[in-house]
Amino acid sequence: MSEPSESVTEEPKTPGVPAHDDHVGPDDHSGGDHAHGDGPHLAHHFDTYQQQFDAGKLGIWLFLLTEVLFFSGLFCAYTVYRGMHPEVFVYAHYFLNTTMGAINTCVLLISSLTAAWAVRNAQLAQRKLLMLNIVITIACACTFMVVKFFEYQHKFNDGLLPGPNFHPTEQVWELESFRKKHPEAAEYAEKLNKAAESKAETAKAGGTIDLNKPVTGVFENPTEEQIEPLLKAGVIGPSAEDPTRPSKPRNAHVFFSIYFFMTGLHGIHVLGGIGVWIWLLKRANRGDFGPKYFGPIDYAALYWHLVDLVWIYLFPLLYLIH
Amino acid sequence: MTDDKSETDTKASTELSAATPDGHAAAHADHGLAHTMPVWMLFAVLAALMFLTILTVSVTNYDLGSEGNLVVGMVIATVKAGLVVTFFMHLFWDKKFHLILFLTAVLFVILFLSMSITDRGEYQRNIDLYQSVTNAAPAK
Repeated sequence: MSEPSESVTEEPKTPGVPAHDDHVGPDDHSGGDHAHGDGPHLAHHFDTYQQQFDAGKLGIWLFLLTEVLFFSGLFCAYTVYRGMHPEVFVYAHYFLNTTMGAINTCVLLISSLTAAWAVRNAQLAQRKLLMLNIVITIACACTFMVVKFFEYQHKFNDGLLPGPNFHPTEQVWELESFRKKHPEAAEYAEKLNKAAESKAETAKAGGTIDLNKPVTGVFENPTEEQIEPLLKAGVIGPSAEDPTRPSKPRNAHVFFSIYFFMTGLHGIHVLGGIGVWIWLLKRANRGDFGPKYFGPIDYAALYWHLVDLVWIYLFPLLYLIH
Repeated sequence: MTDDKSETDTKASTELSAATPDGHAAAHADHGLAHTMPVWMLFAVLAALMFLTILTVSVTNYDLGSEGNLVVGMVIATVKAGLVVTFFMHLFWDKKFHLILFLTAVLFVILFLSMSITDRGEYQRNIDLYQSVTNAAPAK
Protein backbone atom coordinates (compact mmCIF):
# COMPACT_ATOMS: atom_id res chain seq x y z
CA MET A 1 0.00 0.00 0.00
CA SER A 2 2.93 2.35 -0.38
CA GLU A 3 2.38 5.51 -2.28
CA PRO A 4 5.31 6.97 -4.14
CA SER A 5 4.54 10.56 -3.25
CA GLU A 6 4.39 9.91 0.47
CA SER A 7 7.92 10.97 1.21
CA VAL A 8 7.53 14.25 -0.61
CA THR A 9 6.45 16.21 2.40
CA GLU A 10 8.31 16.17 5.70
CA GLU A 11 6.13 18.86 7.13
CA PRO A 12 4.89 17.67 10.54
CA LYS A 13 1.21 17.66 11.14
CA THR A 14 -0.84 17.18 14.23
CA PRO A 15 -4.04 15.18 14.36
CA GLY A 16 -7.11 17.15 13.78
CA VAL A 17 -5.43 19.78 11.62
CA PRO A 18 -6.89 19.83 8.14
CA ALA A 19 -4.37 19.13 5.44
CA HIS A 20 -4.28 19.91 1.75
CA ASP A 21 -6.28 16.93 0.69
CA ASP A 22 -9.95 17.46 1.38
CA HIS A 23 -10.42 13.82 2.31
CA VAL A 24 -7.86 13.72 5.08
CA GLY A 25 -10.08 12.88 7.95
CA PRO A 26 -13.48 13.29 9.46
CA ASP A 27 -12.30 16.22 11.53
CA ASP A 28 -11.84 18.20 8.39
CA HIS A 29 -14.51 20.79 8.91
CA SER A 30 -13.21 23.01 6.20
CA GLY A 31 -14.29 20.62 3.49
CA GLY A 32 -17.20 22.62 2.21
CA ASP A 33 -17.77 20.44 -0.83
CA HIS A 34 -19.74 17.83 1.08
CA ALA A 35 -23.46 17.58 0.99
CA HIS A 36 -24.17 17.33 4.69
CA GLY A 37 -23.24 20.11 6.97
CA ASP A 38 -20.90 19.21 9.76
CA GLY A 39 -18.29 17.01 8.12
CA PRO A 40 -17.64 14.43 5.46
CA HIS A 41 -18.52 11.42 7.60
CA LEU A 42 -21.41 12.70 9.66
CA ALA A 43 -24.59 11.26 8.24
CA HIS A 44 -27.27 13.90 7.87
CA HIS A 45 -29.68 12.18 10.24
CA PHE A 46 -27.29 12.61 13.16
CA ASP A 47 -26.74 15.85 15.02
CA THR A 48 -23.25 15.12 16.30
CA TYR A 49 -20.42 12.68 15.80
CA GLN A 50 -20.98 11.47 19.36
CA GLN A 51 -24.59 10.63 18.59
CA GLN A 52 -23.60 8.85 15.39
CA PHE A 53 -20.92 6.84 17.17
CA ASP A 54 -23.18 5.86 20.08
CA ALA A 55 -25.97 4.76 17.75
CA GLY A 56 -23.59 2.56 15.81
CA LYS A 57 -22.09 1.13 18.97
CA LEU A 58 -25.49 0.19 20.35
CA GLY A 59 -26.30 -1.39 17.00
CA ILE A 60 -23.18 -3.53 16.93
CA TRP A 61 -23.74 -4.66 20.52
CA LEU A 62 -27.26 -5.74 19.69
CA PHE A 63 -25.87 -7.64 16.72
CA LEU A 64 -23.28 -9.31 18.96
CA LEU A 65 -26.05 -10.42 21.31
CA THR A 66 -27.81 -12.18 18.47
CA GLU A 67 -24.48 -13.77 17.56
CA VAL A 68 -24.00 -15.08 21.09
CA LEU A 69 -27.48 -16.57 21.02
CA PHE A 70 -26.89 -17.93 17.51
CA PHE A 71 -23.80 -19.84 18.64
CA SER A 72 -25.44 -20.90 21.89
CA GLY A 73 -27.67 -23.31 19.96
CA LEU A 74 -24.61 -25.27 18.88
CA PHE A 75 -23.05 -25.05 22.32
CA CYS A 76 -26.29 -26.46 23.65
CA ALA A 77 -26.14 -29.40 21.23
CA TYR A 78 -22.58 -29.99 22.33
CA THR A 79 -23.39 -29.85 26.04
CA VAL A 80 -26.38 -32.15 25.82
CA TYR A 81 -24.61 -34.71 23.68
CA ARG A 82 -21.48 -34.65 25.79
CA GLY A 83 -23.59 -35.09 28.91
CA MET A 84 -25.27 -38.13 27.36
CA HIS A 85 -22.29 -39.73 25.66
CA PRO A 86 -18.98 -38.63 27.15
CA GLU A 87 -17.25 -41.67 25.58
CA VAL A 88 -17.94 -40.33 22.07
CA PHE A 89 -16.05 -37.15 22.90
CA VAL A 90 -13.16 -38.99 24.51
CA TYR A 91 -12.98 -41.26 21.46
CA ALA A 92 -13.16 -38.47 18.90
CA HIS A 93 -10.70 -36.06 20.50
CA TYR A 94 -7.83 -38.44 19.71
CA PHE A 95 -8.49 -37.66 16.06
CA LEU A 96 -8.03 -33.92 16.51
CA ASN A 97 -4.68 -32.23 16.22
CA THR A 98 -4.14 -30.22 19.40
CA THR A 99 -1.06 -28.47 17.98
CA MET A 100 -3.04 -27.11 15.04
CA GLY A 101 -5.82 -26.00 17.37
CA ALA A 102 -3.31 -24.28 19.66
CA ILE A 103 -1.63 -22.54 16.72
CA ASN A 104 -5.01 -21.27 15.57
CA THR A 105 -5.81 -20.05 19.08
CA CYS A 106 -2.59 -18.02 19.17
CA VAL A 107 -3.15 -16.68 15.66
CA LEU A 108 -6.63 -15.48 16.58
CA LEU A 109 -5.41 -13.92 19.82
CA ILE A 110 -2.73 -11.98 17.93
CA SER A 111 -5.32 -10.81 15.42
CA SER A 112 -7.49 -9.67 18.33
CA LEU A 113 -4.60 -7.57 19.58
CA THR A 114 -4.06 -5.96 16.19
CA ALA A 115 -7.80 -5.34 15.83
CA ALA A 116 -7.92 -3.61 19.22
CA TRP A 117 -4.79 -1.69 18.33
CA ALA A 118 -6.36 -0.65 15.01
CA VAL A 119 -9.19 0.98 16.96
CA ARG A 120 -6.62 3.02 18.86
CA ASN A 121 -4.87 3.94 15.60
CA ALA A 122 -8.14 5.06 14.06
CA GLN A 123 -8.96 7.16 17.13
CA LEU A 124 -5.57 8.85 16.93
CA ALA A 125 -5.65 9.16 13.12
CA GLN A 126 -2.47 7.07 12.75
CA ARG A 127 -3.18 6.13 9.19
CA LYS A 128 -0.13 4.03 8.41
CA LEU A 129 -0.19 2.10 11.66
CA LEU A 130 -3.92 1.55 11.26
CA MET A 131 -3.39 0.03 7.84
CA LEU A 132 -0.54 -2.12 9.11
CA ASN A 133 -2.67 -3.46 11.94
CA ILE A 134 -5.56 -4.21 9.60
CA VAL A 135 -3.18 -6.02 7.24
CA ILE A 136 -1.82 -8.13 10.13
CA THR A 137 -5.38 -8.90 11.24
CA ILE A 138 -6.27 -10.07 7.73
CA ALA A 139 -3.05 -12.09 7.51
CA CYS A 140 -3.81 -13.81 10.83
CA ALA A 141 -7.37 -14.54 9.71
CA CYS A 142 -6.06 -16.08 6.49
CA THR A 143 -3.52 -18.14 8.44
CA PHE A 144 -6.36 -19.39 10.60
CA MET A 145 -8.35 -20.44 7.55
CA VAL A 146 -5.35 -22.15 5.95
CA VAL A 147 -4.71 -24.19 9.11
CA LYS A 148 -8.42 -24.99 9.22
CA PHE A 149 -8.28 -26.09 5.59
CA PHE A 150 -5.50 -28.56 6.31
CA GLU A 151 -7.37 -29.86 9.34
CA TYR A 152 -10.53 -30.39 7.32
CA GLN A 153 -8.62 -31.99 4.47
CA HIS A 154 -7.00 -34.39 6.91
CA LYS A 155 -10.39 -35.34 8.30
CA PHE A 156 -11.93 -35.83 4.88
CA ASN A 157 -9.06 -38.14 3.94
CA ASP A 158 -9.43 -40.14 7.14
CA GLY A 159 -13.15 -40.65 6.63
CA LEU A 160 -14.01 -38.51 9.65
CA LEU A 161 -17.20 -37.13 8.17
CA PRO A 162 -20.51 -36.50 9.85
CA GLY A 163 -23.54 -38.74 9.51
CA PRO A 164 -23.60 -41.85 7.33
CA ASN A 165 -20.31 -40.84 5.69
CA PHE A 166 -18.40 -41.52 8.87
CA HIS A 167 -15.96 -44.30 8.05
CA PRO A 168 -12.72 -43.74 9.94
CA THR A 169 -9.79 -45.33 8.15
CA GLU A 170 -7.94 -45.84 11.41
CA GLN A 171 -8.97 -47.36 14.69
CA VAL A 172 -8.57 -45.05 17.64
CA TRP A 173 -5.98 -47.23 19.39
CA GLU A 174 -3.83 -47.15 16.28
CA LEU A 175 -3.55 -43.38 16.45
CA GLU A 176 -0.32 -41.75 17.49
CA SER A 177 -2.12 -39.53 20.00
CA PHE A 178 -3.73 -42.53 21.69
CA ARG A 179 -0.60 -44.66 21.76
CA LYS A 180 1.47 -41.87 23.24
CA LYS A 181 -1.00 -41.33 26.03
CA HIS A 182 -1.98 -44.94 26.75
CA PRO A 183 0.66 -47.29 25.33
CA GLU A 184 -0.50 -50.28 27.37
CA ALA A 185 -4.14 -49.83 26.42
CA ALA A 186 -3.20 -49.55 22.74
CA GLU A 187 -1.26 -52.78 22.93
CA TYR A 188 -4.11 -54.49 24.75
CA ALA A 189 -6.66 -53.32 22.17
CA GLU A 190 -4.43 -54.68 19.45
CA LYS A 191 -4.31 -58.07 21.17
CA LEU A 192 -8.09 -58.09 21.63
CA ASN A 193 -8.55 -57.23 18.00
CA LYS A 194 -6.32 -60.11 16.88
CA ALA A 195 -8.12 -62.52 19.18
CA ALA A 196 -11.48 -61.35 17.83
CA GLU A 197 -10.25 -61.78 14.29
CA SER A 198 -9.16 -65.36 14.87
CA LYS A 199 -12.44 -65.93 16.65
CA ALA A 200 -14.29 -64.59 13.64
CA GLU A 201 -12.25 -66.91 11.46
CA THR A 202 -13.45 -69.83 13.59
CA ALA A 203 -17.00 -68.61 13.19
CA LYS A 204 -16.61 -68.43 9.43
CA ALA A 205 -15.10 -71.91 9.39
CA GLY A 206 -18.23 -73.25 11.01
CA GLY A 207 -17.40 -72.74 14.68
CA THR A 208 -19.62 -70.80 17.01
CA ILE A 209 -19.13 -67.31 18.36
CA ASP A 210 -20.96 -65.89 21.33
CA LEU A 211 -21.93 -62.36 20.39
CA ASN A 212 -23.00 -61.47 23.86
CA LYS A 213 -19.76 -62.37 25.49
CA PRO A 214 -17.22 -59.60 25.05
CA VAL A 215 -13.76 -60.68 24.04
CA THR A 216 -12.40 -59.07 27.16
CA GLY A 217 -12.95 -62.48 28.67
CA VAL A 218 -10.17 -63.82 26.48
CA PHE A 219 -7.50 -62.21 28.59
CA GLU A 220 -7.76 -62.71 32.28
CA ASN A 221 -7.27 -59.81 34.67
CA PRO A 222 -6.30 -56.90 32.46
CA THR A 223 -4.71 -54.05 34.40
CA GLU A 224 -6.36 -50.72 34.97
CA GLU A 225 -3.99 -48.99 32.53
CA GLN A 226 -4.87 -51.51 29.86
CA ILE A 227 -8.61 -51.34 30.11
CA GLU A 228 -9.57 -47.94 31.54
CA PRO A 229 -8.73 -45.75 28.49
CA LEU A 230 -10.52 -48.22 26.20
CA LEU A 231 -13.65 -48.19 28.33
CA LYS A 232 -13.63 -44.41 28.56
CA ALA A 233 -13.30 -44.04 24.80
CA GLY A 234 -16.10 -46.56 24.18
CA VAL A 235 -13.75 -48.94 22.36
CA ILE A 236 -14.98 -51.79 24.55
CA GLY A 237 -17.71 -52.03 27.12
CA PRO A 238 -21.39 -51.12 27.17
CA SER A 239 -21.19 -48.14 24.80
CA ALA A 240 -19.09 -49.86 22.16
CA GLU A 241 -20.66 -50.40 18.77
CA ASP A 242 -19.48 -53.99 18.45
CA PRO A 243 -19.57 -56.17 21.56
CA THR A 244 -17.39 -58.89 20.06
CA ARG A 245 -14.27 -56.88 19.36
CA PRO A 246 -12.68 -53.50 20.09
CA SER A 247 -14.52 -50.96 17.98
CA LYS A 248 -15.77 -47.39 18.22
CA PRO A 249 -18.54 -46.04 20.44
CA ARG A 250 -22.04 -45.97 19.07
CA ASN A 251 -22.94 -42.73 17.26
CA ALA A 252 -19.35 -41.55 17.15
CA HIS A 253 -20.23 -39.69 13.96
CA VAL A 254 -22.37 -37.26 15.94
CA PHE A 255 -19.21 -35.72 17.36
CA PHE A 256 -18.07 -34.88 13.86
CA SER A 257 -21.45 -33.36 13.01
CA ILE A 258 -21.04 -31.11 16.03
CA TYR A 259 -17.39 -30.46 15.22
CA PHE A 260 -18.03 -29.47 11.61
CA PHE A 261 -21.04 -27.35 12.46
CA MET A 262 -19.29 -25.45 15.23
CA THR A 263 -15.95 -24.91 13.51
CA GLY A 264 -17.70 -24.38 10.17
CA LEU A 265 -19.98 -21.67 11.47
CA HIS A 266 -17.02 -20.09 13.21
CA GLY A 267 -15.00 -20.32 9.98
CA ILE A 268 -17.76 -18.57 8.05
CA HIS A 269 -17.58 -15.77 10.60
CA VAL A 270 -13.82 -15.53 10.08
CA LEU A 271 -14.34 -15.32 6.31
CA GLY A 272 -16.95 -12.62 6.79
CA GLY A 273 -14.53 -10.77 9.04
CA ILE A 274 -11.82 -10.94 6.37
CA GLY A 275 -14.24 -9.31 3.91
CA VAL A 276 -15.06 -6.52 6.36
CA TRP A 277 -11.39 -5.88 7.13
CA ILE A 278 -10.51 -5.66 3.43
CA TRP A 279 -13.22 -3.05 2.97
CA LEU A 280 -11.95 -1.14 6.00
CA LEU A 281 -8.37 -1.35 4.73
CA LYS A 282 -9.51 0.40 1.59
CA ARG A 283 -11.25 3.08 3.61
CA ALA A 284 -8.30 3.47 5.95
CA ASN A 285 -6.05 3.95 2.95
CA ARG A 286 -8.37 6.71 1.79
CA GLY A 287 -7.88 8.38 5.16
CA ASP A 288 -11.47 8.12 6.32
CA PHE A 289 -10.77 7.58 9.99
CA GLY A 290 -9.85 9.98 12.75
CA PRO A 291 -10.75 11.07 16.28
CA LYS A 292 -14.34 11.89 15.37
CA TYR A 293 -15.01 9.07 12.99
CA PHE A 294 -13.60 5.66 13.82
CA GLY A 295 -16.89 3.82 14.37
CA PRO A 296 -16.55 1.27 11.54
CA ILE A 297 -13.13 0.16 12.82
CA ASP A 298 -14.45 -0.07 16.38
CA TYR A 299 -17.52 -2.07 15.34
CA ALA A 300 -15.53 -4.45 13.15
CA ALA A 301 -13.05 -4.97 15.99
CA LEU A 302 -15.89 -5.76 18.41
CA TYR A 303 -17.23 -8.34 15.97
CA TRP A 304 -13.74 -9.72 15.56
CA HIS A 305 -13.30 -10.08 19.32
CA LEU A 306 -16.57 -11.99 19.51
CA VAL A 307 -15.34 -14.41 16.86
CA ASP A 308 -12.19 -14.80 18.96
CA LEU A 309 -14.35 -15.30 22.04
CA VAL A 310 -16.22 -18.18 20.42
CA TRP A 311 -12.93 -19.84 19.52
CA ILE A 312 -11.66 -19.40 23.09
CA TYR A 313 -14.45 -21.76 24.14
CA LEU A 314 -14.33 -24.04 21.10
CA PHE A 315 -10.64 -24.82 21.53
CA PRO A 316 -10.82 -26.50 24.97
CA LEU A 317 -14.24 -28.02 24.24
CA LEU A 318 -13.20 -29.76 21.03
CA TYR A 319 -9.44 -30.22 21.21
CA LEU A 320 -8.63 -30.53 24.90
CA ILE A 321 -10.97 -33.26 26.05
CA HIS A 322 -9.36 -35.28 28.76
CA MET B 1 -1.55 11.87 -1.13
CA THR B 2 0.92 14.07 0.62
CA ASP B 3 -0.57 13.73 4.05
CA ASP B 4 1.44 11.01 5.66
CA LYS B 5 0.89 11.90 9.25
CA SER B 6 1.25 8.57 10.90
CA GLU B 7 4.79 9.01 12.15
CA THR B 8 4.25 12.38 13.68
CA ASP B 9 0.96 11.14 15.05
CA THR B 10 2.61 8.26 16.80
CA LYS B 11 4.93 10.75 18.42
CA ALA B 12 2.03 12.95 19.32
CA SER B 13 0.16 10.09 20.89
CA THR B 14 3.17 8.92 22.87
CA GLU B 15 3.54 12.39 24.21
CA LEU B 16 -0.13 12.33 24.94
CA SER B 17 0.04 9.18 27.01
CA ALA B 18 3.31 10.25 28.56
CA ALA B 19 1.80 13.50 29.69
CA THR B 20 -0.30 11.81 32.33
CA PRO B 21 0.29 8.49 34.02
CA ASP B 22 -3.28 7.63 33.30
CA GLY B 23 -3.15 7.48 29.53
CA HIS B 24 -6.82 7.02 28.96
CA ALA B 25 -7.84 10.10 30.87
CA ALA B 26 -5.75 12.17 28.53
CA ALA B 27 -7.21 10.33 25.58
CA HIS B 28 -10.67 11.03 26.89
CA ALA B 29 -9.97 14.69 27.10
CA ASP B 30 -8.73 14.89 23.55
CA HIS B 31 -10.87 12.32 21.78
CA GLY B 32 -14.22 12.55 23.36
CA LEU B 33 -16.12 9.83 21.52
CA ALA B 34 -14.76 6.78 23.33
CA HIS B 35 -11.99 5.34 25.44
CA THR B 36 -8.56 4.81 23.89
CA MET B 37 -6.60 1.74 24.98
CA PRO B 38 -2.95 2.36 25.86
CA VAL B 39 -0.60 0.17 23.83
CA TRP B 40 1.09 -1.36 26.88
CA MET B 41 -2.29 -2.54 28.11
CA LEU B 42 -3.06 -4.20 24.78
CA PHE B 43 0.18 -6.15 24.94
CA ALA B 44 -0.29 -7.00 28.60
CA VAL B 45 -3.70 -8.48 27.79
CA LEU B 46 -2.26 -10.46 24.88
CA ALA B 47 0.52 -11.80 27.12
CA ALA B 48 -2.04 -12.89 29.71
CA LEU B 49 -4.16 -14.57 27.01
CA MET B 50 -1.14 -16.41 25.61
CA PHE B 51 -0.11 -17.55 29.07
CA LEU B 52 -3.60 -18.87 29.75
CA THR B 53 -3.61 -20.69 26.41
CA ILE B 54 -0.36 -22.46 27.29
CA LEU B 55 -1.76 -23.20 30.74
CA THR B 56 -4.97 -24.71 29.39
CA VAL B 57 -3.03 -26.93 26.98
CA SER B 58 -0.52 -28.12 29.56
CA VAL B 59 -3.18 -28.83 32.18
CA THR B 60 -4.56 -31.63 29.97
CA ASN B 61 -1.48 -33.66 30.89
CA TYR B 62 -2.79 -33.96 34.42
CA ASP B 63 -5.76 -36.03 35.43
CA LEU B 64 -8.02 -33.90 37.61
CA GLY B 65 -10.84 -36.35 38.14
CA SER B 66 -13.82 -37.19 35.98
CA GLU B 67 -15.01 -33.65 35.27
CA GLY B 68 -12.09 -31.79 36.82
CA ASN B 69 -10.32 -31.13 33.54
CA LEU B 70 -13.49 -29.86 31.89
CA VAL B 71 -14.16 -27.50 34.80
CA VAL B 72 -10.58 -26.19 34.79
CA GLY B 73 -10.67 -25.76 31.00
CA MET B 74 -13.93 -23.83 31.18
CA VAL B 75 -12.72 -21.66 34.05
CA ILE B 76 -9.58 -20.74 32.09
CA ALA B 77 -11.66 -20.08 28.96
CA THR B 78 -13.98 -17.84 30.96
CA VAL B 79 -11.05 -15.88 32.40
CA LYS B 80 -9.73 -15.43 28.85
CA ALA B 81 -13.17 -14.38 27.61
CA GLY B 82 -13.37 -11.93 30.52
CA LEU B 83 -10.04 -10.38 29.54
CA VAL B 84 -11.13 -10.02 25.93
CA VAL B 85 -14.49 -8.50 26.85
CA THR B 86 -13.13 -6.18 29.55
CA PHE B 87 -10.12 -4.80 27.71
CA PHE B 88 -10.19 -5.56 23.99
CA MET B 89 -13.89 -4.86 23.78
CA HIS B 90 -13.58 -1.79 26.05
CA LEU B 91 -16.46 -2.86 28.26
CA PHE B 92 -14.63 -1.66 31.37
CA TRP B 93 -14.80 1.93 30.12
CA ASP B 94 -17.83 1.61 27.91
CA LYS B 95 -21.37 2.56 28.78
CA LYS B 96 -22.73 0.25 31.43
CA PHE B 97 -25.76 -0.34 29.27
CA HIS B 98 -23.63 -2.33 26.83
CA LEU B 99 -22.35 -4.43 29.71
CA ILE B 100 -25.93 -5.11 30.78
CA LEU B 101 -26.81 -6.11 27.23
CA PHE B 102 -23.88 -8.50 27.07
CA LEU B 103 -24.59 -10.03 30.47
CA THR B 104 -28.22 -10.51 29.45
CA ALA B 105 -27.07 -12.63 26.53
CA VAL B 106 -24.74 -14.61 28.81
CA LEU B 107 -27.55 -15.12 31.30
CA PHE B 108 -29.81 -16.38 28.54
CA VAL B 109 -27.16 -18.83 27.37
CA ILE B 110 -26.76 -20.15 30.92
CA LEU B 111 -30.52 -20.57 31.25
CA PHE B 112 -30.74 -22.21 27.84
CA LEU B 113 -27.96 -24.70 28.57
CA SER B 114 -29.03 -25.55 32.11
CA MET B 115 -32.65 -26.14 31.11
CA SER B 116 -31.57 -28.35 28.24
CA ILE B 117 -29.27 -30.38 30.48
CA THR B 118 -32.01 -30.84 33.05
CA ASP B 119 -34.44 -31.86 30.37
CA ARG B 120 -32.24 -34.43 28.64
CA GLY B 121 -31.80 -36.20 32.01
CA GLU B 122 -35.56 -36.80 32.01
CA TYR B 123 -35.34 -39.07 28.99
CA GLN B 124 -32.26 -41.02 29.98
CA ARG B 125 -34.39 -43.92 31.24
CA ASN B 126 -36.17 -44.22 27.90
CA ILE B 127 -32.86 -44.22 26.09
CA ASP B 128 -31.46 -46.88 28.39
CA LEU B 129 -34.59 -48.94 27.90
CA TYR B 130 -34.39 -48.61 24.14
CA GLN B 131 -30.77 -49.61 24.14
CA SER B 132 -31.38 -52.63 26.32
CA VAL B 133 -34.21 -53.71 24.02
CA THR B 134 -32.17 -53.30 20.86
CA ASN B 135 -29.45 -55.11 22.78
CA ALA B 136 -26.46 -53.07 21.85
CA ALA B 137 -27.12 -53.44 18.16
CA PRO B 138 -25.31 -50.76 16.16
CA ALA B 139 -27.67 -47.82 16.09
CA LYS B 140 -27.50 -45.90 12.88
